[in-house]
Amino acid sequence: MHIISAPKFKSSEITPKADWLNRRQLMIGAGAVATTTFGLPALAKLKTIKSKYSTTRTPNTFKDITTYNNFYEFGTSKSDPAENASRLTTSPWSVTIDGMVDKPGKYAFEDIIKGVSMEERIYRFRCVEAWSMIIPWTGFQLSELLARVGVQSGAKYVSFETLVRPSEMIGQRSNVLEWPYREGLRMDEAMHPLTILAAGIYGEDMPKQNGAPLRLVVPWKYGFKSIKSIVRISLTARQPQATWNMLSPREYGFYSNVNPNVDHPRWTQASERPIGGGLFTRRKQTQMFNGYGQEVAGLYKGMDLTRNF
Amino acid sequence: MFNLPAFFNPILRKVPTWPVYLLGVVPAVVYFYWAVTNQLGTDPLQMLERQLGRWALQLLMLTLLVTPVRKLTGISFLKFRRAFGLTAFFYVVFHLSTWLVLDKQFFWNEILADLYKRPYIILGMTGFLLLTPLALTSNKFSLRRMGPLGWNRLHRLSYLVVILGAVHFVLVRKVWESDPFLYLLIALILVSYRIPWKRLRRGGLSGAGISARGG
Repeated sequence: MHIISAPKFKSSEITPKADWLNRRQLMIGAGAVATTTFGLPALAKLKTIKSKYSTTRTPNTFKDITTYNNFYEFGTSKSDPAENASRLTTSPWSVTIDGMVDKPGKYAFEDIIKGVSMEERIYRFRCVEAWSMIIPWTGFQLSELLARVGVQSGAKYVSFETLVRPSEMIGQRSNVLEWPYREGLRMDEAMHPLTILAAGIYGEDMPKQNGAPLRLVVPWKYGFKSIKSIVRISLTARQPQATWNMLSPREYGFYSNVNPNVDHPRWTQASERPIGGGLFTRRKQTQMFNGYGQEVAGLYKGMDLTRNF
Repeated sequence: MFNLPAFFNPILRKVPTWPVYLLGVVPAVVYFYWAVTNQLGTDPLQMLERQLGRWALQLLMLTLLVTPVRKLTGISFLKFRRAFGLTAFFYVVFHLSTWLVLDKQFFWNEILADLYKRPYIILGMTGFLLLTPLALTSNKFSLRRMGPLGWNRLHRLSYLVVILGAVHFVLVRKVWESDPFLYLLIALILVSYRIPWKRLRRGGLSGAGISARGG
C-alpha cells in the first residue's frame, strides 16, 4: 500500500537562481571575497557570452530544473535522478568521436570544451510528456565540434550514445530501455546553430541529474532527443537507431520535432503544462517546432511531418 | 486455537461506520493542501492527480477484499463495505475532476478528443460511468427496491471497474513498470476469487452461480 509521504522540501526554501546570483554579485561588489554563505561557489565556473538565440522568458529555478528529470539511467521517476545521480563519476570523462570524420579519436572532456565559445542559451524545453520549462543552458554549437574533427563528405547523420555503467547508473540494472541510450540527428539538424552541446546550467557545471558532463540540446525537438552524459558521437551514412524509437516506433519517431498537430498515440501534443508555477499554472498551446519554426522549418521543406513525425 | 472471528466480530459490530468516511477523505484533503501550498515537489499537479488515482484504486480493492476476508478468516467487515466503496467513488470523482479542472483546464476540444482517442482515458471514464450507478444504489432503499438478487447482479460491475482502473493505470506509463502491474495483479486475484471455477469445470455458468458466492 502506498502511504502518504512527506514532501522533501518546502517551496519557501527555494531561492530562485537569479536572486542568489544577484546577491552574490552584491557581495562581490562589497568586497566580500569568500561568498560561500549559501553553500554556493564563489564564482560561476563557466564563462559565458549571451546569445541572440535566447528567449526573453524567465527561466525556471535551478531547483525546478534539477529536481524534475527524466533520466531513466537513474530510475523512472522524476525525482530519481536528483536522488541517485550523485554517485556518477564524471571526471575523468572522454568522448569517442568516430565514423566518417577526419580526426577520429577519444577526446578528453576538458579538451572538447577548451577553445569553444561557451554561450548562455536560454531555451524553451518541451517534453514529449506535454510539460515544458525554460532552461538557461551553458554550451556551444555542435557544429563547432564537428568542424574541428572534420566531417567527411559521405556523412549524413550523427549518432550519440550515453554512458553505460550500471554500477553507478542504477536504473541501468533494469531493462526498461535498451542500453546504451541512443539518439541521432540528420547532418543538417546537427549543424544547425540552435543545436548545442551543453556543459552547464546557469553557468554552473552540468548537474549530474541533467546529463553531466556533456549533453545535447535540440530545442525544437522533444526533450528525449537531447541525449545526456554523452560518451560517443559517430558520423554515419545511414540513419542511426534511437532508443525511444526502438522501443515504440509508432509513438516516438526518429525526428520527434515538437508538433502540436501530431498527437502521441496516447495523449495530445496540442498543449503543454509549464512546470514551476504551482498547482494552478495555466496550460499553454504548444507551438510548432516549439516556437523555433522561423529558424528550423526550412530543414523540413517538402517533408510530410505527419508521416515523418 | 484463538478464535479470530469470535474475538473481532463483536468489536467490529460496535464500531460505527461514519469514521470510515471521515478518515477516508483525510488523504485527499492533505494532498490537496500540500498541492496548493506547493509542497508536492516540482510538479504538484501530477503528484496530486496520481495520488488520488492510486487511493481510488486502493479503496476499490479494499471494498472487494471484504468478501474474501470473511470467507477465509470469518472476520466480517461487511457493515463497512458501503463506506469503503463510496469513499473509493469519491476518490474517482476527485481524480477525474483534478484531470478536468486542473490538468486539462476545460480545454474541451482536447478533452472530447481524449474521450474517444485515448484508450487509457476511455477505460478510466468507463470505470467511472460504471461505478456511478453503484454509488447511487448503495443505499438501503435501493437494495430493498431492487431485491438482493438484482442488487447483487448490478454490483458485480465493481469487478469490471477494478480491472478497468488497473489497466488504466498500466497504460498511463511510458514504459512497463512494476507497480501498475502489481495493482493489476491484485485486481485480477480479487476478481478471479469470484469466478465459480468448480461450476465452470462442470460446465454451464448460471447467474446464480456467481451470486451464490456473493459480492
